[in-house]
Amino acid sequence: MLDARHAHTVLPNAPGVGYKPQHFSEILQDVRPVEWLEIHAENYMGDGGRPLAQLRALSERFAISVHGVGLSIGGESPLDADHLARLKHLCDWLQPASFSEHLAWSTHDSHFLNDLLPLPYTDATLTRICDHIDQLQEVIGRKMLLENPSSYLAFDESTWEEPAFLDEVARRTGCGLLLDVNNVFVSATNLGFSPQAYIDAYPLDRVGEIHLGGHDEDEDDHGAPLLIDSHGREVVDPVWALLDYTLERSGPRPLLIEWDTDVPDWPVLADEARRAETALARMTEAVPA
Amino acid sequence: MTRQTEFRTALLDAAQPQPEGLSDGKGRPAGRRYNVYRNNVAVSLSEALETGFPAVAKLIGAENFRNIAGLYLRQSPPESPRMMLYGRGFGEFLDGFAPLAKYPYLGDVARLEFGLRESYHAADSTPIDPAALGIDPERLMASMLTLAPSLRILRSPFPVVSLWRYNMEPGAPKPTAEPQDALILRAEFDPEPHLLPPGGAQFIEALLCGETLGAAYEAGLARTDAFDLSAMLTLLLGGNAITSLEEPTP
Repeated sequence: MLDARHAHTVLPNAPGVGYKPQHFSEILQDVRPVEWLEIHAENYMGDGGRPLAQLRALSERFAISVHGVGLSIGGESPLDADHLARLKHLCDWLQPASFSEHLAWSTHDSHFLNDLLPLPYTDATLTRICDHIDQLQEVIGRKMLLENPSSYLAFDESTWEEPAFLDEVARRTGCGLLLDVNNVFVSATNLGFSPQAYIDAYPLDRVGEIHLGGHDEDEDDHGAPLLIDSHGREVVDPVWALLDYTLERSGPRPLLIEWDTDVPDWPVLADEARRAETALARMTEAVPA
Repeated sequence: MTRQTEFRTALLDAAQPQPEGLSDGKGRPAGRRYNVYRNNVAVSLSEALETGFPAVAKLIGAENFRNIAGLYLRQSPPESPRMMLYGRGFGEFLDGFAPLAKYPYLGDVARLEFGLRESYHAADSTPIDPAALGIDPERLMASMLTLAPSLRILRSPFPVVSLWRYNMEPGAPKPTAEPQDALILRAEFDPEPHLLPPGGAQFIEALLCGETLGAAYEAGLARTDAFDLSAMLTLLLGGNAITSLEEPTP
């Protein structure tokens, strides 16, 4: 007999959503829910109680992607050994289909700042990131996916373009990449580059998952648009278009809808997932038989 | 100073200049773009505190809470990416915060709320069958009880349980000035604060120290002759809080 867990060892090329506890019952009752769910690792690092009970129940039915938001892979300080051990523990018992983290830092001098902070793309940063990813992959015994950030500013000392930097990290460490097309759109708008050119330069063959989310609009000191990666609303049309552009070049991938603030009722989130499903279906039809 | 030290320092202190060498990608200084990070850090930590301490927020009002949270998060940023643990020292911060000296109970309300959060994430445990207590009374009093990892106790010179209920439960009566001891029990997934009768806290603390049921009973009686052992056991059993009974070896 097929082990139910065994069926969930990879993320399907289908839409998933970022899991929110308020949707627990509706997800289990929905006749046609998504095929997979993503959780934030740090929310499941308690010793017991409802969060872990829900996660155990969901993992029986859905493929689970564990998305870390607190390891500080880009940090100047060494990785937090206790946190690495907690990630290993979570991956060991849950056996998720995927583990991903961010090209960012969030901890410095043992203070956790609860935000994904930016990095200069230099050789020194590259070496540090690769060392940290090697260490993480060694501890958890699996390959990770590394996600591209949303950028609001640029560092004068950067010598690498972001896609080439990510490609080099993946080449050196063997990690895969998580491509957030909303982050590409946000960064491209904020820093004035072409999002399509970014996708053209991106090593799409290394992409194991694609993220989609909503952003807010603000302005910088000069009245130029400044987009904020808020995950608090629907994905906008230009980001859906950038998804189509990406899928035409990458082929089908697992697609995730992220909605983390002002979380809507389940049907709204499910609609976003269906729109992602349509994008995948359109792409499949476009492929010549 | 390293890049991340200067970045971090200016993030938490708006009076500090922004780090040098940051631009908008088109050759102009980053300016307010850097403030996106300042804002993200402050707002996310402040919201985490407001979510974690809803009764304190109601007691002092949302605007006051955000101002005070803004001071606390700069003085005590999280020490771990496990945000479920953020705010452990918030009660002590409120105790020592001079502008709130007129509200000396706030620290205990914060400690109660943190205890509820700890209880929510505590390890699961299996309660004993209440019938297990039906052994010979002398043996029972010489036995040791293990209590659930989700159980918490808070002794307060203020009406901490009534203050919490008044702010969290519609229709709960207005608190009157009295000392109260709180017992947090998590029967399944949702922790609840209970008001302990006099002697209850001493009784449970004795059990937590590994004393026998008889010795714990004595500790309760030492506080008041009216200490009611069977009411305490009923309360603990109702909260699925007794997880083992170890009878004395003959």
